[in-house]
Amino acid sequence: MSFFGRKKSAESAKERLQLVLVHDRTDLTPEQLTALKDDLLKAISHYIDIDPDAVQIGLERDGRSQRLVADIPLRSVTRQRAG
Amino acid sequence: MTAQVITVTSGKGGVGKTTAVANLATALAADGKKVICIDGDIGLRNLDVVMGLENRIVYDIVDVIEGRCKLKQAMIRDKHNPELYLIPAAQTRDKNAVSPSDMLRICKELRPEADFILIDSPAGIERGFRNAIAAADKVLVVTNPEVSAVRDADRVVGILEAEEKGNPLLILNRLNPILVKNNDMLSAEDVLDLLGIQLIGIVPEDESVIIGSNRGAPVVTEVKSRAGQAFRNIAKRLQGQDVPFMDLDQQSGLWNTIQKLTGRK
Repeated sequence: MSFFGRKKSAESAKERLQLVLVHDRTDLTPEQLTALKDDLLKAISHYIDIDPDAVQIGLERDGRSQRLVADIPLRSVTRQRAG
Repeated sequence: MTAQVITVTSGKGGVGKTTAVANLATALAADGKKVICIDGDIGLRNLDVVMGLENRIVYDIVDVIEGRCKLKQAMIRDKHNPELYLIPAAQTRDKNAVSPSDMLRICKELRPEADFILIDSPAGIERGFRNAIAAADKVLVVTNPEVSAVRDADRVVGILEAEEKGNPLLILNRLNPILVKNNDMLSAEDVLDLLGIQLIGIVPEDESVIIGSNRGAPVVTEVKSRAGQAFRNIAKRLQGQDVPFMDLDQQSGLWNTIQKLTGRK
């Protein structure tokens, strides 16, 4: 960061490229990723109670391979035990 | 003798593929290796002018493929290095005049004749690029520290992976150490992290590269040129030698000398 909180251009270049490359490599547009996320949540909600607002799903790079990383917090439920 | 076939490619145009081929070939020849360069850019031939051989062309690679001459007749000997040859591209034809199997056949015939065969790929990822990588044992990807060049390099690396062409090596060309220092240019570390491939050399931005191509004399012949030194180092690495990467931080100029003398950095 430099004056007036403006990012130096190399930093912007790197951040923008990181995003572009992930989408180029997976051939997945941001819209498709959102759709994937919605479908995934729907499927999971079918079995367990989750908090849709706290879910984080995104693509990450690891060298030349990509991974889909999902962090899906479950809604705290008080366990109901029999007896 | 059985030559190693090395293809130089980039995706994006204008990043310095032809300059890299001319310089690496000249440096390898200066180290006593027998080198044959092939200009793979049919219709947009350039390697001949960069090497200063444009007036010596009689036959080109399409003449060889279509049987109008023998392979040896299309090999132009360099002006200074008797062990350096160029097979020029055709200027009046398009990429479809050559097929990947033509390239395989030509390289097979040339392999016993040389230590290195360097192929200058055209920009893009279509037919000309496919021809250029068909016979490659090793691929060098040239890029500049700029968003468009890095993005295209990544596409090319992806295709090379899919084609199982081995691990490509990166030449980061035209790096400006001052801009990097000011955080206004992607650093070598940034580019390597983004592309996830191995580095074979960083070539600093250097005016003498243009002066060299104006004269048709590649910059590696300039002892003092920093870019020349970088290309000489890459040529050594291609021969399997372990050469440390240059310190690009050290700069010449009066102001830097003063800074050094006064201990300021």
